[in-house]
Amino acid sequence: MQWETVIGLEIHAQLATRSKIFSGSATAFGAEPNTQASLIDLGMPGTLPVLNEETVRMAVRFGLAIEAEIGHTNVFARKNYFYPDLPKGYQTSQMDKPIVGKGHLDITLEDGTLKRIGITRAHLEEDAGKSLHEDFHGMTGIDLNRAGTPLLEIVSEPDIRSAKEAVAYVKAIHALVRYLGICDGNMAEGSLRCDCNVSVRPRGQEAFGTRAEIKNVNSFRFIEKAINHEIQRQIELIEDGGKVIQETRLYDPNKDETRSMRGKEEANDYRYFPCPDLLPVVLEDGFVERLRETLPELPNQKRERFQSQYGLSAYDASVLSASREMAEYFEAVFEVCGDAKLAANWVMGELSSLLNKEGLEIERSPVSAEQLGGLIRRIQDNTISGKIAKMVFEALAADEGASADAIIERKGLKQVTDTGAIESMLDEMLAANAAQVEQYRAADEAKRAKMFGFFVGQAMKASKGKANPGQVNELLKKKLEG
Amino acid sequence: MHRLTLAQIARGLAAKEFSSVELSEALLARIAELDPGLNSFITVTAEQALEQARAADARRAAGESGALLGAPIAHKDLFCTKGVRTSCASKILDDFIAPYDATVVERLAAAGCVSLGKLNMDEFAMGSASESSHYGPVRNPWNTECVPGGSSGGSAAAVAARLVPAATGSDTGGSIRQPAALTNLTGLKPTYGRVSRWGMIAYASSLDQGGPLARSAEDCALLLSAMAGFDPKDSTCVDQPVDDYLAALHRPLAGLRIGLPREYFGAGLDPRLSDAVMACVEELKKLGATVKEIGLPSMQHAIPAYYVIAPAEASSNLSRFDGVRFGYRCENPQSLEDLYKRSRGEGFGAEVKRRIMVGTYALSAGYYDAYYLKAQKIRRLIRSDFIGAFQEVDLILGPTTPNPAWKLGEKGDDPVAAYLEDIYTITANLAGIPGLSMPAGFVDGLPVGVQLLAPYFQESRLLNVAHQYQQATDWHQRAPEGY
Amino acid sequence: MALERSDVEKIAHLARLGLDDAEIPRTTQTLNDILGLIDRMQAVDTHGIEPLAHPLEATQRLRPDEVTETDHRDAYQAIAPAVENGLYLVPKVIE
Repeated sequence: MQWETVIGLEIHAQLATRSKIFSGSATAFGAEPNTQASLIDLGMPGTLPVLNEETVRMAVRFGLAIEAEIGHTNVFARKNYFYPDLPKGYQTSQMDKPIVGKGHLDITLEDGTLKRIGITRAHLEEDAGKSLHEDFHGMTGIDLNRAGTPLLEIVSEPDIRSAKEAVAYVKAIHALVRYLGICDGNMAEGSLRCDCNVSVRPRGQEAFGTRAEIKNVNSFRFIEKAINHEIQRQIELIEDGGKVIQETRLYDPNKDETRSMRGKEEANDYRYFPCPDLLPVVLEDGFVERLRETLPELPNQKRERFQSQYGLSAYDASVLSASREMAEYFEAVFEVCGDAKLAANWVMGELSSLLNKEGLEIERSPVSAEQLGGLIRRIQDNTISGKIAKMVFEALAADEGASADAIIERKGLKQVTDTGAIESMLDEMLAANAAQVEQYRAADEAKRAKMFGFFVGQAMKASKGKANPGQVNELLKKKLEG
Repeated sequence: MHRLTLAQIARGLAAKEFSSVELSEALLARIAELDPGLNSFITVTAEQALEQARAADARRAAGESGALLGAPIAHKDLFCTKGVRTSCASKILDDFIAPYDATVVERLAAAGCVSLGKLNMDEFAMGSASESSHYGPVRNPWNTECVPGGSSGGSAAAVAARLVPAATGSDTGGSIRQPAALTNLTGLKPTYGRVSRWGMIAYASSLDQGGPLARSAEDCALLLSAMAGFDPKDSTCVDQPVDDYLAALHRPLAGLRIGLPREYFGAGLDPRLSDAVMACVEELKKLGATVKEIGLPSMQHAIPAYYVIAPAEASSNLSRFDGVRFGYRCENPQSLEDLYKRSRGEGFGAEVKRRIMVGTYALSAGYYDAYYLKAQKIRRLIRSDFIGAFQEVDLILGPTTPNPAWKLGEKGDDPVAAYLEDIYTITANLAGIPGLSMPAGFVDGLPVGVQLLAPYFQESRLLNVAHQYQQATDWHQRAPEGY
Repeated sequence: MALERSDVEKIAHLARLGLDDAEIPRTTQTLNDILGLIDRMQAVDTHGIEPLAHPLEATQRLRPDEVTETDHRDAYQAIAPAVENGLYLVPKVIE
């Protein structure tokens, strides 16, 4: 049978505020346990919440960016359940009246086509603390520093059809929240966390299959693996005559499998009701409109502009606009060199692999946009070949010179374009390879084409890569044809 | 010295007739002597009190003045007091030394009040007899066989017995007004949001409001002037200027329009109380008021609605008492669930558990609409009744309670019968309007209270009417025998 | 509709209240009495009435995003039943 996968995602983005959503505690990551837990965060008797205005601004900015309906009157509700990392015995969240209603986000698929993913809602809520399971004489330790950190929970429609689409969607959300400056996107620190609702159904069937929820998958790679594993598990289960049950599952990256959290998970009844300690949040039109004016150019707008303004392919444009920093870098390179295609190739090629290898973010690139632009200019004006340019790039990365020009100068990498000099170099090379010249001249057209490459290689080697490749080709052809 | 009202104390301290230390020592001695028979205090903070009294005397010596500078009071034991046990009269908080001060505590301390200690109450303010305290029941100084009302029964008993001139209380369904009525005091529940709830341990957040209990309207005005006002730490606290309550006391009552809701005088009201209330009305007429009958038709639904909303909020508010970060924890918990269930099962008393369970049920899946939402709609009807009535009258008057104080243990076994006693007071909490109870006579030697209700933020009107009435009558000056 | 023993047990579990077996029949009876009182509400016509959650119908005030709290861990943990290395301890939580 042909199966179709249906995926909906719930993304929890920690908002990049200085203080918590309902208290004046710091939100900094990595502090000593419970040193950022105030009376309010600890749920001390008699304490009360007051809402942080920045969380409201951030949520509305997100809502505007996904063209959502803004909840002009939004209401906090209590979600009641007992857990030791939930100090008050309820999580203050939003239920019936979220701050952000229906919206959407376009993602770019691998073939460059766009797909629109519906976003059901996004609401503000408080994060819980952390349970530390290392052994304290058979006890669990509770750190409430994270309790009360503001979260924006972004709930997608079940519009996603594959693990790859899911990753593309999470990446798009990741890019968006970073563009907006509302979340640092640090998945390793848990700033962006993802719950995946996965189900399968026979292709062509309208009704959804039973879904399983995979909790807290915290990297792009794991999202893909966890979902693919879960799809496989469900298909095998159904094909073996079994039934998927609605449950929460945990992904174990070490074993690359999901396992049920059953046993712990009971029939929950969260008893939501409007939080009586908080009043409805009412957003004036002017407030929302002023925030709209502060929106930066968003990833999708940037992608479109990169295509129309620079003539980039849809794919290149989407890669370059995926992060604000990369887009800015690319545009800075373009500023210097004026060639978008070359700038794009270098940013997505050499620079990206360098950053990958070094494990660096583009903001901390060892080669600045200024330097890279300068390098590209030397390719454009034939001072160096593409191949030499890669050497220069490596030298820039190793901080061997302040600019491409300085390195070219110091290392004598300037391309040789003097016809006389190239001709005498070629004569020498051909003389050293007299036997191959004989063979070439005796060979047929097809064979000749293959052999030609050998001579080009020898010539570039003899010139240490500095000879202008176009001239080498032309002169060599002339000489061999003799 | 214990007979002095706050207003008299202010004059005495200003005239240097006595010092705050002398006064505090006298009252502490009186508490030590008489409170064992009443059980109105859970904790007496003699040392801290004398320290505060000395500081107040020093401030006065340095030229400072202020109506409450050096005045002794005591707090209901649900206001957090830094470094002092704040128990809510519950085993679950028996060892809870609050790490901070409630805003009310802070404001009164800043005004120079000397806190003599923490007063007994119904556990978590759930009750109207002050019998459900972990520390034992409070007795009514008018008849120690009787309850003082609740939940602020310790506050009422202590002030009525002249152990302290005034006290703080909290009122979620009548918990200031009803004990004030049963002990011959004046007690005021302000408009919801007038007094900060920061540090006042919550029972039902949308109904709770702190306020004063004292022996006169003037003293209530003095205390409320210091308690009321905006607090940025409480989202539900209103940012609106506080009236000059003392100045308002002296306005004449000529032209005052009083409404008597017919629903308050129906079956269930002890006819002797009805007579006392009508006598009070006659007195107010002499002072220039006009009277008309009005209707508050939704009042009859108030008790069911209240006993959904208050327990629902309570069930959630009391989830934080889980034995993890503070408060009682059971011995040797075997698992997380065991920790929760035994700590809460052993730590909470029967009435608290009952209300948590009612609230849990009312909010649970499948019942939310029929219970919680329905109750919230009735709440709007009740509020609309009042808004309508206040188009026609300036003030609503009726009995505070259907009956005078009852015997200890008499209603302990029947929560529903006890709930029905709240009928006259809970509507003000549901609507959020201010209400005051004042002494208006006696039945069989037990005090009778008259309740006044006013539109939002018209505390000054309530205090004004009560004060004018107290200028013309002396019910409020009567003291229980032996006190 | 009256609560049965199993309903009461379920409610007590949701509220994490340990009840003695012996208490349950009486608790069930009392809760049913209270629910009987509450159910009088059902007779009221509330058609078209908006629920009222807060008496004043005011709106939420917002707080500036400033860190105003400092570390008081030692003071706050002095009143905790069980702490170690700055952590609150609870019986082992099994994930």
